[in-house]
Amino acid sequence: MTVTADFDANMEEGRCVLRFSGNLTMLRVRKLSEQLKGIDADQVTVDLSEVERMDTVGAWLVHKLERDRGATIVGATEEQRLLIAHVTQADQPVKLKRDYEMPLLRVVGEVGSASQMAMRTIFGMLGFFGALLISVGNIARHPRRFRLNAITQQFEVVGVRALFIIGLMSFLVGIVIAQQGAVQLRQFGAEIYTINLIGRSSVKELGVLMTAIMVAGRSGSAFAAQLGSMKLSEEVDAMRTIGVSPMEALVFPRVLATVILMPLLGFYAAILSIIGGGIFCWISLDIPPVTFIQRIREVTPMTDLWQAMIKAPTFGMIIAMAGCFQGMQVEGNAEEVGLRTTAAVVQGIFLVIVLDAFFAVFFTEIGWL
Amino acid sequence: MARGGETIIEVKGLRNSFGSQIVHEDLSLEVKRGEIFGVVGGSGTGKSVLMRSIIGLQTPDEGEIEVFGEPMIGRDEEEAKHVRRRWGVLFQGGALFSTLTVAENIQVPIKEFYPGLDQELLDEIAAYKTTMSGLSTDAGAKYPSELSGGMRKRAGIARALALDPELLFLDEPTAGLDPIGAAAFDQLISELRDALGLTVFLITHDLDTLYAICDRVAVLADRKVVAVGTIAELLALDHEWIQEYFKGPRGRAAASIAEREEASA
Repeated sequence: MTVTADFDANMEEGRCVLRFSGNLTMLRVRKLSEQLKGIDADQVTVDLSEVERMDTVGAWLVHKLERDRGATIVGATEEQRLLIAHVTQADQPVKLKRDYEMPLLRVVGEVGSASQMAMRTIFGMLGFFGALLISVGNIARHPRRFRLNAITQQFEVVGVRALFIIGLMSFLVGIVIAQQGAVQLRQFGAEIYTINLIGRSSVKELGVLMTAIMVAGRSGSAFAAQLGSMKLSEEVDAMRTIGVSPMEALVFPRVLATVILMPLLGFYAAILSIIGGGIFCWISLDIPPVTFIQRIREVTPMTDLWQAMIKAPTFGMIIAMAGCFQGMQVEGNAEEVGLRTTAAVVQGIFLVIVLDAFFAVFFTEIGWL
Repeated sequence: MARGGETIIEVKGLRNSFGSQIVHEDLSLEVKRGEIFGVVGGSGTGKSVLMRSIIGLQTPDEGEIEVFGEPMIGRDEEEAKHVRRRWGVLFQGGALFSTLTVAENIQVPIKEFYPGLDQELLDEIAAYKTTMSGLSTDAGAKYPSELSGGMRKRAGIARALALDPELLFLDEPTAGLDPIGAAAFDQLISELRDALGLTVFLITHDLDTLYAICDRVAVLADRKVVAVGTIAELLALDHEWIQEYFKGPRGRAAASIAEREEASA
């Protein structure tokens, strides 16, 4: 049995006879198709009588000889003829490529659509916020629609399960601030002010900010991915047709849970960060814990905590909104879910930091130094 | 068609379970070369699980599975590859790769198994496969999300046929197609079977498909294959579910259409 498809090209009575043999299948077609291009004859006869197996790709080659060179086919079995007929029937002008665009035009087009997209995101977010307020109003008027189960479930996912990682992160950040601060302050003989640094930066800034970043990474992304895949599988549409508002059932519990949990997590992070710093001070700077705590209480004003407690829920709101908004924008395919999840995290963190800068200026202006 | 020929798929003593729920118990069946083998059964009788076991997506608890005379259980991926090349699978929802166009989807298996084919030939192959599967001429450049459910299914068929497989697994291929499209698909399958000597393992609920193209039909019930045979043979059996399935209002309608077509042929 010959496995390789091969062919002889003989001149017989002024016609070029291509006699194929062996398996005329995809496996062997690559070489054949190149060799066939080298044959230069007008009158071609294709002899298939020695072909053992032929698949559609083989049939396609034969069909092309017939189409392009007017070849006559002889020696085909009934099945092979059927296959060739089948392929011939399928030979229609088919569009395979997307329309070509000029690179320059494409760049301009992409810049345009990106700006358009940015505008649409801003307006979309505003609209989304409005829709959320409406659903808050609706829930306030019909308290039975308040989904306690959904909210407590989000408490667990957003809050309880994040405790370990946020705690660990804050603890380490506390140590780093204390260590770096001590190195710099030592130059002025002001090591004792390390405590001020730890207390104030942890409570006022880092506790909440680091928590916000962690929550955006953990929960903002999860919201986007969950809602996004629910949109893809038409669960959100199904909800709407049943008369359940996705805004009330999906978005509201997530936003509320994050808004409530952010201050708690932020406070927890601040405490852990102070503990981390305190342990460093104890071990490295020989400041006993009692002195450390006393000093922390003296140097950290209450307004630092108020600042944190105002910022935290705002950040929570932003992160949850960005996550849910991006999730609800998913349309089309699975790749979109990934893109939207990335966008949710990036936008969440970006907005949090912009807002944090705004808050810093604002609180300084009103005298909460 | 060619009955009593070479065995292509052999399943012996298959047992599948999910937790405490047993789906298959001591299930056995044989599919011969060149036949269109239908599998029917009520919802939840494990038709898709059976198919997934045969193509190696689900490892059964017990039992033997041979495809093309080669054992499939416990094979590593590299060894199983040359068997995978010889079959094509159409999943229920089409399962197209959503980030590739239809034409690129069709070219994926070809590029995977036959690297080095030139792009011109690849494009020609993708072109005739799309028309063969009954897709419109502009469908090749579209992404799956731009296609309707029925079109997605056809694109899935085109991809399953990309390597000119000897064996084709179809999971409810006509579900979601309009009756005209479903009939055209039935015809496509039987034509390809005749032309390529295709063996088809077909899970279906479509009675018209069963009557029109299936050579033998296996009935799944009570965790195993309760009967295998031509529809005429099945009808003669005294099994409650089979009687209800084929003699219910839909079964009778499909049977009468099949009779009329035979009479006019």
